[in-house]
Amino acid sequence: MRMASTARTLLAPLTLGVIAIALWQALVVALAIEPFLVPSPSGIAGAFADSFDRIVDAAGKTGLNALIGLVLGAVTGILVAIIANALRFLSQMLAPVVAALAVIPIVALAPVFYAMFGAAANTGRQLVAAIAVFVPMYLNTMHGLRQVEPVHRDLMRSYAATAEQTNRMVLIPGAVPYVLTGLKIGSSLAVISALIAEYFGGPANGLGIAITSAAAGSNYTAAWAYVLGAVLLGALFYGVTAGIEALSQRRRGGS
Amino acid sequence: MTGTPVAVRIDGVDKVFRTRKGGEVHALSDVSLDVAAGEFVSLIGPSGCGKSTLMRLVADLDPLTSGEITVFGKSVEQARKDQDYGIAFQQAGLLPWRSVRANIELPLEIHGVDARDRRDRSDELLALIGLEDFADHHPDQLSGGMKQRVAIARAMAERPRLLLMDEPFGALDEMTREHMQNELVALCQETGAAVIFVTHSIPEAVFLSDRVVVMSPRPGRITDIVPLDFKARDEDLREDTAFYEGVTAVRTLLHGSEQGGPRGVENR
Repeated sequence: MRMASTARTLLAPLTLGVIAIALWQALVVALAIEPFLVPSPSGIAGAFADSFDRIVDAAGKTGLNALIGLVLGAVTGILVAIIANALRFLSQMLAPVVAALAVIPIVALAPVFYAMFGAAANTGRQLVAAIAVFVPMYLNTMHGLRQVEPVHRDLMRSYAATAEQTNRMVLIPGAVPYVLTGLKIGSSLAVISALIAEYFGGPANGLGIAITSAAAGSNYTAAWAYVLGAVLLGALFYGVTAGIEALSQRRRGGS
Repeated sequence: MTGTPVAVRIDGVDKVFRTRKGGEVHALSDVSLDVAAGEFVSLIGPSGCGKSTLMRLVADLDPLTSGEITVFGKSVEQARKDQDYGIAFQQAGLLPWRSVRANIELPLEIHGVDARDRRDRSDELLALIGLEDFADHHPDQLSGGMKQRVAIARAMAERPRLLLMDEPFGALDEMTREHMQNELVALCQETGAAVIFVTHSIPEAVFLSDRVVVMSPRPGRITDIVPLDFKARDEDLREDTAFYEGVTAVRTLLHGSEQGGPRGVENR
């Protein structure tokens, strides 16, 4: 049953994808579109295969920055939310800061970080990713911590439980689904931020640098191949975190 | 303090809720009631008569406005901190990420009982509620009646001398409900705990209680107290004339307490 339904949910988007790529290929060939305008899927696939090792290497660099940023942003987001939820005045103090972080384009901070940590270090990129991840992690964790059912609150009060026990036994376990959703959102943001940050300077490695330098060298098909690499890297991050979320939901069942 | 016969003493209690618009709702007015040790007392009345509020005051879940409540001679706050009562609500309120056993052990864990003693106690309670085979199941794998049994076991985990129950069977179907009532009678006879039991159901109150306290709304107050003295509370009692007389007595009092008949009271 489960296999069949999974197959069905996969089949529709796959079919759409195949049709779109076939149409794209047909149009490029039929209208003889130049590669610098729109390269053909087969051309991109060829370039992807040719420079596969370099793409994997660049994706590894960008992916590592994104991963470090994701872990850093997630851990701080969760911890700050737990502390802020326990201390009401702190959450009120933090609200405008978080709102500001949510609206400023965080990658715009990249040049400032490169100046602070030196252009040879990846620290700036990791920090950009971490800040981008922090916002959804903080907001989702906070939301989850506040979802506690009144009956559980009454119960813990009747047990004269300490704030620490209530946090550990009721609030934090109850917030886990929200935290995992935040992680799923944050994973894509981490990859995008780490990659875009490369456009603003820093060490000459990573997918973002590769895309800009290929485009600057008029090698558009190669640029698209790196873009494909970036898409796959983002999908990997999203897939893993979405998988963790689904696994946790299945383990905990309904309530 | 030795062998004090009174479990709960409620003396001239008022409870006023302030609404957000600055108005006042008089939830309880001059309520006085003593519950003896080991006594089973039901609170019954239409919606809004303050019966749940009264139970929450005894549990120290809400503060009272005036008057005094003592539990085993102590303030409600001290009684709560000393774990003198166990509590169960209409919602079972189990933690979905904990197994049945871990849910029953929750209060013991909070109060620092070591793992082996916790396990011994949860084994006893699982046997008592007949869910030995479900110890490692999670709440989502249980029926409504089973969840409520777990909640009651959890309320009894620390062998309290007082049980506070707010419509614990309210969400169950009639069959399960009667079965649970029979079990509760057996559990109470075994433990000798006093019980304050909030319910909407007249037959339930009559079947379970030594005394049924009839309340009326706006403001919530006690209008009558019906003592019931049955020889045995078993399946036969449900067919007994004395039982029907008790049901009729309570129903008449409820009808009398509000013109046009009781609202929000189940007459089944």
